[in-house]
Amino acid sequence: MTEALIYDAVRTPRGKGKPDGALHEITPVELATQVLKSIRDRNELDTTKVDDVVFGCVSPVGEQGANITRTAVMSADYAETTAGVQVNRFCASGLEAINMASAKVMSGEADFAIGGGVEAMSRVPMGSDGGAWPTDPALAFKTYFVPQGVSADLIATKYGFSRDDVDAYAVESQQRAHKSQSEGRFKKSIVPVKDVIGEVVLDHDEAIRPETDMQSLGSLNPSFAGVGAFGFDSVALQKYPELEAINHVHHAGNSSGIVDGSAGVLIGSREAGSTAGLKPRARIKAMASIGSEPTIMLTGPEYVAAKALKKAGMTAKDIDVWELNEAFASVVLRFMQAHDIDHSDINVNGGAIAMGHPLGATGAIITSIVLDELERSGKETALITLCIGAGMGTATIIERVN
Amino acid sequence: MSYKTFSFEIDGDGIALLTIDLPGQSMNVWNEDLISEFGEAVDKFLADDAIKGLVVTSGKKSGFLAGADLRMLQRTASMRGSATPGEMFDAQFGMNAMFRKMETGGHPAKKLQKGEAFAKPVAAAINGLALGGGLEVCLACHYRVVADDPKLTLGQPEVQVGLLPGAGGTQRIPRLIGIANALQMNTTGAPVRPQKALEQGLVHEIAPRDEVVARAKAWVKANPQVAQPWDKKGFKFPGGGGAMHPGAVQTFMGANAMAQQQTQHNFPAVEAILSCTYEGSIVPMDTAIRLESKYFTKLMLDPVAGNMIRTLFVNKQAAEKGEKRPKNVEKQELKKVGVLGAGMMGAGIAYVTANAGMEVVLIDRDQESADRGKSYSAGILQKAVDKGRKTQEQMDEFLARIHPTPDYEKLADVDLIIEAVFEDPKVKEETIKKAEAIMPADKVFATNTSTLPITGLAKHSVRPAQFIGIHFFSPVDKMPLVEIIPGDETGDLPLAVALDYVAKIKKTPIVVKDTRGFYTNRVVPPYINESMQMITEGVNPALVENAAKMLGMPVGPLALCDETSQELGLRISRATRAELGDDAVPRTKVDDLLELFVEKLGRKGRKSGGGFYDYPEGGKKHLWKGLQEHFPLADDQPTVDEVKERLLYANLVPAANCYDEGIVSDPQSADLGAIFGWGFAPWTGGPMSYIDTIGAEEFVRTAERLAQRHGPRFQPPAKLREIAAAGGKLYDQAA
Repeated sequence: MTEALIYDAVRTPRGKGKPDGALHEITPVELATQVLKSIRDRNELDTTKVDDVVFGCVSPVGEQGANITRTAVMSADYAETTAGVQVNRFCASGLEAINMASAKVMSGEADFAIGGGVEAMSRVPMGSDGGAWPTDPALAFKTYFVPQGVSADLIATKYGFSRDDVDAYAVESQQRAHKSQSEGRFKKSIVPVKDVIGEVVLDHDEAIRPETDMQSLGSLNPSFAGVGAFGFDSVALQKYPELEAINHVHHAGNSSGIVDGSAGVLIGSREAGSTAGLKPRARIKAMASIGSEPTIMLTGPEYVAAKALKKAGMTAKDIDVWELNEAFASVVLRFMQAHDIDHSDINVNGGAIAMGHPLGATGAIITSIVLDELERSGKETALITLCIGAGMGTATIIERVN
Repeated sequence: MSYKTFSFEIDGDGIALLTIDLPGQSMNVWNEDLISEFGEAVDKFLADDAIKGLVVTSGKKSGFLAGADLRMLQRTASMRGSATPGEMFDAQFGMNAMFRKMETGGHPAKKLQKGEAFAKPVAAAINGLALGGGLEVCLACHYRVVADDPKLTLGQPEVQVGLLPGAGGTQRIPRLIGIANALQMNTTGAPVRPQKALEQGLVHEIAPRDEVVARAKAWVKANPQVAQPWDKKGFKFPGGGGAMHPGAVQTFMGANAMAQQQTQHNFPAVEAILSCTYEGSIVPMDTAIRLESKYFTKLMLDPVAGNMIRTLFVNKQAAEKGEKRPKNVEKQELKKVGVLGAGMMGAGIAYVTANAGMEVVLIDRDQESADRGKSYSAGILQKAVDKGRKTQEQMDEFLARIHPTPDYEKLADVDLIIEAVFEDPKVKEETIKKAEAIMPADKVFATNTSTLPITGLAKHSVRPAQFIGIHFFSPVDKMPLVEIIPGDETGDLPLAVALDYVAKIKKTPIVVKDTRGFYTNRVVPPYINESMQMITEGVNPALVENAAKMLGMPVGPLALCDETSQELGLRISRATRAELGDDAVPRTKVDDLLELFVEKLGRKGRKSGGGFYDYPEGGKKHLWKGLQEHFPLADDQPTVDEVKERLLYANLVPAANCYDEGIVSDPQSADLGAIFGWGFAPWTGGPMSYIDTIGAEEFVRTAERLAQRHGPRFQPPAKLREIAAAGGKLYDQAA
């Protein structure tokens, strides 16, 4: 099978997902367009050699609807022959897109393919695409649906993480993100976003709050106690009857932020790369996706990481740097507990709690961050994973090539 | 053409008046005859050009129409097994199709939407309560005038018998008043009054009762060509509907969670109502009513509805109408009742008695104690007044019926005595003698006791044939069940009087044999003990409590134990052992647990130091953290299904034993007593219904397995083994 190699990774900075966020005036198609243009221009890529573009997008309606990927490919003036497909693996869409692009290269379907994602959450709000699971009574009853926040609190309760534990994790995420940003660690991958007159509107992750401390987080009320009391706690307890009550510990400060952003990763075969005169930066070592129990919903990373390691013939000890999307603090704490991972080896540059989680794009964003980190620190292997709505997990193991 | 179930008269304007008046019945209901004739009348109305419009009303003073004949529904439910789901659907869809025909005038919806056709106007003149199918026929009318009676109720109570409103109620109500209001109405069964119905948009007009027909006719005359709102172009659900409208999405998401919290997945009707409303809000009416009938059929195929109808309605009504009442005794006039003892029970009995319009002589040892008993009623009434549910005048009238006094002479003209003094044979004896000396010699003396045998107490009576036990549950004003216990010498009169009295206070009676604990107190202690037994085995207490709630119990057994108190548990256990001997009642780990709690830890119950739970002031109760020091969690925990089974059978086996021993003479009483006495999972229809549903054989097999694993207390009784061997059912035995 053909090896899938990473040749480049590009991302926009993440803008606050609100009307006063710096990227709010930029359309989602334009965010994706600037990423695609940058991949092309940085690599002097002949886009007739790019067979397909796979972009994740979680709310694919309105201006993100009707296959935003193909729309962006056209908008970026790629060759007419470059196809585009939008995928939805919820929060792991961006990583799933990379895995699909890699699979296309591995199978020989594509010589070059781009995997990535886009989400303008300030313009197309989360949940805009509806969906039957929470709404259709037959499904909600059958599968004990609870909102993700209640699932995150359920994880904290079941695995024994206190409010202090999750808050301390969040403070650390902010500090790491601030340090990495100050040291310019994100510069390599970030493409500043420009407006219609060519002025830069944002060149750095906008949401970081370096001043965050235990005291400031302590003043925030738990976000999901209300919906829990409304009925969802009871639903969760019917699935986890060994617990007396749900301990609600998550709030805006220890959960991922709502932001706008896009990212893309250029994948290709060795042959395609050498023809194009490109030097590979890493190889795709293994990929995996799994389904897991949907009520607790966010424990998938534990299982998908194990599956990817097995496929790669590796153990946890073989991974130098771990990157798990910080959807909620308890998700990462449970993952560290399950795989016995030292905090200093995971999310070393901070994560979505500090910088935000543009749903469809995050998988590609954290891939770009961890790739830069491997090169910066001179390390070899990384495992990238995300927890996923409805109980899933997707993971990718990458390894540097020299 | 003439009909049996209604009159059909056409006036000078060509408007037909259909007045439903079922012969020989006090209340109109949808039965086979009415459905069939109504269909004929609709066809005639649509076919006859001389008839310009239709007004539907009721000829009964009791109300407009109270829903479907539950016995008809039972017959439909009994088709289960012999008819295919498709046949059951066909049987059920008829009413929906008939109403749809009436509201469309028989025209295709597309023609109505394009304005190429119109329906002939139909209006409902709602001159009394309209429930279930009674309201649904009105909703299929184009216009609704309701009488201005603030007590008149409009509602969809089907959910309370495990069914859904199956004649368009899940479709027309959300289209009229919005999804959130409709879910509230259809999933709770709570009715609305005319004023609220008007505000919500469920009805169009309120008029004096004797004018509703005229108003309805006036509307029909003024609107010769009509269509329902949902048959007009551009129709939208009030507040939004469908799978995409943000408001509707939020409503369904919240309702799904709330419903699961309340039903614990035990009441398929609630989920079916939600599904009908959700799916129905995405498709047009013609598809929606078919979906509704399919979900209705699905519920009919599930034993839950049949069991709920039988116990919660048919058998409950039969018991309340005095099925067990001796026929040879004339109905007794009860105007004045003597209540002896003004403590918690006596005060509660005084309240429910006065609430039923009877005078109460409330006696205690001194005026102050008697007054305190009366103040209990004043407290309840004051709250009702504060909330605007009662007027000050009503409260004063109510309280004037209660006469607190220490003077036994006041019992000279009472029609019945209910004694509720302290549960001490000596005190009871004195009270009986004192009261019988004064009370009329032809009246009945009833004793309220939960533990003392009636025959024993009757020995102190000079008229044991007029002596009977009435066991109320605490708090008396809230608990719906009353156990009536004839002693060995009790005659027919006291049984008749007791049942007449219980009927007056609108509670549900069961007649039980005079044995220790009667019925409910023979079953509840073993159930609570089983939960404590599990604690001694190291089972996670949260698992025990959640398992009970998932079974459909109102509270967990450990919380229930805290309420009834560990102290009482220990006292009963010791008293039983003292009476029956150590051999008959071997010591268990539960005895050790109770002694530990009461004597060493001072955790005597909720009101005395806490129990299995801590009760922080102003906060929510939570399991006592120290429990694990004494009963560490076992490494191997049972599954929740195992715990559920064990708790369930800790109810089923003792209840079956009571039936076996004749403590309850029939499965009906055993089921009613369980549901209304200790809140046993209502979705089952009661323990006997549950056993019949799974089959006696399955019950015996599971009980034996549990007996082998956990002890002989789970051994099924002989009668159940016989029924199992014969492949029979408990309810067949009864019939």
